[in-house]
Amino acid sequence: MNAIIQPSDRSPGPPPEPPLALLAELTHRCPLRCPYCSNPVELTRVAAELDTATWARVFREAAALGCLQVHLSGGEPTARRDIAEIVRAASEAGLYTNLITAGVLIDAAMMARLAEAGLDHVQLSVQDTEPGSAERIGGYRNALPKKLACAQLVRDAGLPLTLNAVVHRQNLDRLPEMIALALELGAGRLEVAHVQYYGWALANRDALLPTRAQLEAATAEVTRAREDLKGRLVIDYVVPDYYAKRPKSCMGGWGRRFLAVSPAGRVLPCHAAESLPGFDFPNVREVSLREAWENSEAFNRFRGTGWMKEPCRSCARAEIDWGGCRCQAFALTGDAAATDPACGLSPDHALLDMAVREAAASEGDFTYRVMGAAPQKA
Amino acid sequence: MTAVLTPDSIPRLARGMKLREDTARGQWVVLGPERMFVPDEIALEVLRLLDGTRSVDGIVDELAARYAAPRGEIAADVASLLRELAEKGVVQA
Ligand code: SF4
Ligand code: SF4
Repeated sequence: MNAIIQPSDRSPGPPPEPPLALLAELTHRCPLRCPYCSNPVELTRVAAELDTATWARVFREAAALGCLQVHLSGGEPTARRDIAEIVRAASEAGLYTNLITAGVLIDAAMMARLAEAGLDHVQLSVQDTEPGSAERIGGYRNALPKKLACAQLVRDAGLPLTLNAVVHRQNLDRLPEMIALALELGAGRLEVAHVQYYGWALANRDALLPTRAQLEAATAEVTRAREDLKGRLVIDYVVPDYYAKRPKSCMGGWGRRFLAVSPAGRVLPCHAAESLPGFDFPNVREVSLREAWENSEAFNRFRGTGWMKEPCRSCARAEIDWGGCRCQAFALTGDAAATDPACGLSPDHALLDMAVREAAASEGDFTYRVMGAAPQKA
Repeated sequence: MTAVLTPDSIPRLARGMKLREDTARGQWVVLGPERMFVPDEIALEVLRLLDGTRSVDGIVDELAARYAAPRGEIAADVASLLRELAEKGVVQA
């Protein structure tokens, strides 16, 4: 027998704090093909997806574990025929139920069923406010008019709406129009999310990274709009990593606040974690969510601060940003345990400045996401 | 525009906001789109009085009776608390 101590053989300590929210990635199927999609480059096919009853069990286990919210996401969650049953199961489990959708598959009948099933909130993505550009970015014809119709259905159903604008070089200049659109559609919240560069987005980074001038204009616009629209529209906005001096606290720290379940049932500390090599992620088909959260090696590996190297190990911010994003660290340095290069103290920080310069010099062609093919430049 | 809350307005939780007991952590939470917060004791008390029929005045009466405190003071506290919650989008008239 060998005596190698596995990382999971931790001294028994108190169980970790319970998670607050579950990200349920119901499917990787999606009619759109966004070049920054956060789905893994190896997309799961429909036959491997969890069934309705398993999701219902996952929701009950999540609520019992301490989750308060569930985000129903994908891919496109409404591509599942059982989406209303899934919403009902989540709502009956006592979870605040949020649907994250591209909106193009939702008609009046479906919206009525979703609302009746207990949906609490809809988060609708828009690729751009300019129809031609929206079509090009999403790789889907007539996307914008369909989204506007969906927003109206959400309003008619009496549900609160958040507009989610993923921004990058090719649409960031239209931020004022996006804010105006959010107001026009009666959204209570606008989430301005900069693209996160791993998976499909990393393959498209040169086409997507905004310039510093764009970013400064956008930040100023958000500051102005927040003041003007106080009490009417909440705007969520975070300066993107590539221009920040310190990284974001990714997911509030590995295994601290969130857990995600992939379409095939893998339990992940973050939806992008499947991109990390050398992990054996627990699966809800085999273990309970509590077992995965509290005892799995995957969740314990980067939990807390014990795993950190320098400069994080002795840094005063270790418990503020938890060393940043593991997926970004791996994507850029090849080492998932490295300090996130978004941090100015990381020895690899120069990689980000280089990427910014390279992107500024490049054309804006996209590699679209497809099933069964890793990203390749056309 | 956020409607200004007057003594007669009937405040309620805004659309999409839920007040719920969080048994795993032994507290109450307000859940909303992409956010949640734990109301302090006073905010919780006010939030639990939002039943869709009570006016701002009614809430003040109730709390003044409960705490046998001067009505004027409570009215000022409740008004500023509700204003803050309305600005955060938690409460609407
Ligand atoms: S980012 Fe685009 S392609 Fe990916 S799931 Fe969302 S809408 Fe579909
Ligand atoms: S050194 Fe590590 S802990 Fe310190 S700010 Fe950078 S990423 Fe955060």
